[in-house]
Amino acid sequence: MSITVSNLTKTYGSQKAIDNISFEVKTGEILGFLGPNGAGKSTTMKIITCFLKPTSGNVTLNGYSIHDHSRSIRRRIGYLPENTPLYTDMPIVDYLTLSAELQEVPRQQVRARVREMIDMCGLGPERHKNIGELSKGYRQRVGLAQALIHDPEVLILDEPTTGLDPNQIVEIRSLIKEIGQKKTVMLSSHILKEVEATCDRILIINRGELVADGSTEELRRRAKGADQLLIQIRTEDPGTKEALLGLASVADVRPAEKGSNSWMVDARPEHDPREDIFKLCVKKGWILTEMTPIESSLEDIFRELTEN
Amino acid sequence: MHQIWILCRREINAFFDSLIAYIMLIVFLGLSGVFTWLFGGGDIFFVGQASLGSFFGIAFWTLFFFIPAITMRMVAEEENTGTLELLVTKPISNFQIIAGKWLAAWLLVLIALAFTFPYYLTVANLGPIDHGATFSGYLALALLSGVYTSIGMFASSLTNNQIVAFILSLFIAFFFQLLFGQLATILPASLAGIVEFLSLNQHYHTMSRGVIDLSSLVYLLSLIFLGFLLATASLQRRAWR
Ligand SMILES: Nc1ncnc2c1ncn2[C@@H]1O[C@H](COP(=O)(O)OP(=O)(O)OP(=O)(O)O)[C@@H](O)[C@H]1O
Ligand SMILES: [Mg+2]
Repeated sequence: MSITVSNLTKTYGSQKAIDNISFEVKTGEILGFLGPNGAGKSTTMKIITCFLKPTSGNVTLNGYSIHDHSRSIRRRIGYLPENTPLYTDMPIVDYLTLSAELQEVPRQQVRARVREMIDMCGLGPERHKNIGELSKGYRQRVGLAQALIHDPEVLILDEPTTGLDPNQIVEIRSLIKEIGQKKTVMLSSHILKEVEATCDRILIINRGELVADGSTEELRRRAKGADQLLIQIRTEDPGTKEALLGLASVADVRPAEKGSNSWMVDARPEHDPREDIFKLCVKKGWILTEMTPIESSLEDIFRELTEN
Repeated sequence: MHQIWILCRREINAFFDSLIAYIMLIVFLGLSGVFTWLFGGGDIFFVGQASLGSFFGIAFWTLFFFIPAITMRMVAEEENTGTLELLVTKPISNFQIIAGKWLAAWLLVLIALAFTFPYYLTVANLGPIDHGATFSGYLALALLSGVYTSIGMFASSLTNNQIVAFILSLFIAFFFQLLFGQLATILPASLAGIVEFLSLNQHYHTMSRGVIDLSSLVYLLSLIFLGFLLATASLQRRAWR
């Protein structure tokens, strides 16, 4: 099921939380939703899940509109809100059973689904406790379990891995990846490494406006016009920097923090200076001990796009 | 319909899982009992006629406090803790949410009223009792409870603070209880008739004396329904913040 968001705007009082954003998520795609605090990630998700009405604009899932087919949409979405609000007075099993029933899981499958979710989300050891007695991480797992319980076609997860331990993060990530092969998944997160590892595509919003949309690779290419290289040269020659700057494909050379005769080399756009550098070293009899292409990390891109 | 029942069951379970529920039940039954037997007109034993009239008179007021105490948390707490977000994003309509919770609260009150049945048996032992009047009295109580429940649900849906919801429902109910009756006495006769009709007191007392009037039934049922619609609308409004 694909999600189409078109010209979505939401105003709280006088404040614009999201401003005319449009994007699309296809079936079998995992979309990472990034942005600084207060950017409007949760607001967007609340609108897609029909919790809030947009001020203007529309969201459709396979043609079902949030305005006209809210119930059909809610039947097909699994949603984990931020802060995982759950009924703290209920035991885990009862809560999952309630969620399954409300999600219209056929009666004879409810018990099996609940058991499956308890295994899948690692709730086994705590299964007899009340939700109110659980640690934050376990509560998060219950939240995930209730979102997955009806095997939804669309998953909307607002910061799904906050509070999970590293083992569980790995498990949940691979679970999301597995689900994402057939379903449509949209998740928000502040852990960029995680988004990079899990998501096929990344969306960055800042102050309610869409500032980037694409795969990590595409974002990288767009953010930095040119590549960077880290090189280290073993030689007594004091003129290395000048010689490097003399190369046609090199735009700039700065000393790297890494020690003597290490340099950060900025390539000219559309040029690859690696060959030139190698030939230069051979010609001068220098020993090239290191040459590493430096990819600008997602953190850099994120900062560049959202800081001003 | 199924969704309503699922939610209703969950609310009833939640109620009986908490200690407060039992305390409220005991206080309700205790107060009704004490007032019925000891202070209810002073004299069930001396009137010389077996009737539950004093119980019905008392229950009018004990329910007035008891029901808002049950309904106050129903929507307000879910709003406050954020669980409402997970509930309304399930395939269930706002109307079904209100209906499920309303039904749960009303059934709880009916259960509490069922516990007053021993009063009836005891009084029936004391002398000849008017069974018709008792039946219509209980019917009146059930309908009155429905009205209080609707008012309580509406109040609870207006705020995320349980105490505010409690006070709000007392305030709204109080209008129907007394103020309309009082207003009727000071307004010119043409208006007084209408305002008097709006007084809950009037209809309830007619019914608990054994007179089932169609206009009373219509009046009570429309109040229930009105509260219902207002509560649903108020829940709907949340999406538009
Ligand atoms: N109920 C509300 N009433 C008024 N303003 C709100 C409400 N909810 C959110 N906002 C505002 O809308 C903006 C976007 O909030 P949102 O929760 O969508 O951000 P977010 O991207 O999820 O941030 P975070 O990373 O902190 O979760 C914020 O400026 C916030 O103050
Ligand atoms: Mg958020």
